[in-house]
Amino acid sequence: MSGHFLEMRGLTAFYGDFEALFGIDLHLDAGETVAMIGANGAGKSTLMRALTGIVKIGSGEVALEGERIDHLDAPDILLKGIATVPEGRRLFPSLTVEENLLIGAHARKGDGPWNLQSLYELFPILHERRRSPGTALSGGQQQMVAIGRALMSNPRVLLCDEISLGLAPVVIKDIYAAVPRIKAVGTSILVVEQDIGQALKVADRVYCMAEGRITLEGRPDDLSRDAIHDAYFGVHA
Amino acid sequence: MITLDTIMQGILLGGLYALFAAGLSLVFGIMRLVNLAHGDLIVLAAYLILVIASVLGLHPFLAVLVAAPVMFAVGWLLQTHVLNRVLGDDLLPPLLVTFGLSVVIQNALLEGFSANSQKLAAGTVETQSLQIGSLMVGVMPLLTLATAAIVIFALNRLFYTTALGRAFRATSDDAVTARLMGIRPNRIFAIATGLALVVASIAAVYLGMRANFDPSIGPARLLYAFEAVIIGGLGSLWGTLAGGIVIGLAQTMGAAVNPEWQILTGHIAFVLVLLIRPRGLFPRAND
Repeated sequence: MSGHFLEMRGLTAFYGDFEALFGIDLHLDAGETVAMIGANGAGKSTLMRALTGIVKIGSGEVALEGERIDHLDAPDILLKGIATVPEGRRLFPSLTVEENLLIGAHARKGDGPWNLQSLYELFPILHERRRSPGTALSGGQQQMVAIGRALMSNPRVLLCDEISLGLAPVVIKDIYAAVPRIKAVGTSILVVEQDIGQALKVADRVYCMAEGRITLEGRPDDLSRDAIHDAYFGVHA
Repeated sequence: MITLDTIMQGILLGGLYALFAAGLSLVFGIMRLVNLAHGDLIVLAAYLILVIASVLGLHPFLAVLVAAPVMFAVGWLLQTHVLNRVLGDDLLPPLLVTFGLSVVIQNALLEGFSANSQKLAAGTVETQSLQIGSLMVGVMPLLTLATAAIVIFALNRLFYTTALGRAFRATSDDAVTARLMGIRPNRIFAIATGLALVVASIAAVYLGMRANFDPSIGPARLLYAFEAVIIGGLGSLWGTLAGGIVIGLAQTMGAAVNPEWQILTGHIAFVLVLLIRPRGLFPRAND
């Protein structure tokens, strides 16, 4: 494998006999923010789940700084420094906001830029609501908790799966306002999005997926609207 | 007639049932596993305490301190090598496995200790009593209830104020997302079953000092424990104490009217609570 920070090569994944990913090649450099766009059912979330060890990889390789991680279980992948904001937020209903954040640090070793105090500075509303059950918050606030929970492990790579899904545009803006601050501490970010506009705004590089394959890759400025449209809807030229 | 004394006896008896039930409640609360061998594991712990007490010449209260870590290890190994393999979306495999385990434990105890009744000799504390107002209250039942309250208080503290408790609750809510947080559910489940068997050891010492036991009495203890857990509300520890007390009260009140009704009235109380509050007295909000 070459010298990319996180690299996937020829990744396949299956649900029973159904193949959901067909040989995905993707990379992420240190400190880079990459967006993965694609319509519903394109395989974006499966890719995330394969990366985090929730879905078993069929074939192919995943390497972090040259070290193979594709055989590892989810907790070990977190220990390697890859944290996830899962689709649908998936906060723990029995835990308060603060406990949801603390559980993110369950396996943390050593210090880093993110702790309760710095997260409350990033999302001040969470400090006010810290004693509330996580699931009693509004959708946007819950998304803040989910992002904060992932950051509590002080990851080197942050995977965000559909963080704008189901949120009002004004709330999405608030959520994405945090991305530059997360980038500023050197974290690489892979954002999976259906919202193309938001993805192009935030990303250094964009991939597009359709039907389990990468259909487009490039820098936002270099991609034409038509090319994105065709790639997004799986229209083959 | 039902007097203040009967009510007091009922509440105190509830302490014993709550001890039977606390381990069951703990395991169900975390992994949604109904352990049908729980009663037999209590009886197993009682025999272990009996052996330790007779071999080392210890008082049962000291023998339980030796037995509890052994039972923790038994729980850990049982969960790691047997129960974790059958936990999943289907409720039936764990039920069948724990049912089988119940049969195995009963027969192994029968083979090892015969069907003869045994008892843990606690000395004078068995017959001591305290004067509280106009009531004479046995020291042993009082200790049982106090222990039940302490055990449930301690388990609650563990659940709500420690990192392990947080991991217990998170895993119970959503084991897949818990894995994304670096939690290993199988390890959490092993610790939980280990803890449940520590609590079972505490229940066993009171069971053995209070009355005779033999290898066949586990399933009846399971039934009382199960009823206490359901009455209290699945997964609620303080509810489990309340559930134990409801059964204890119903049994002593029934016995006061007619001694033959003791067991029956306990079960009737269970059915009545289910009719009035199908989710128990203190159900968890998110169940």
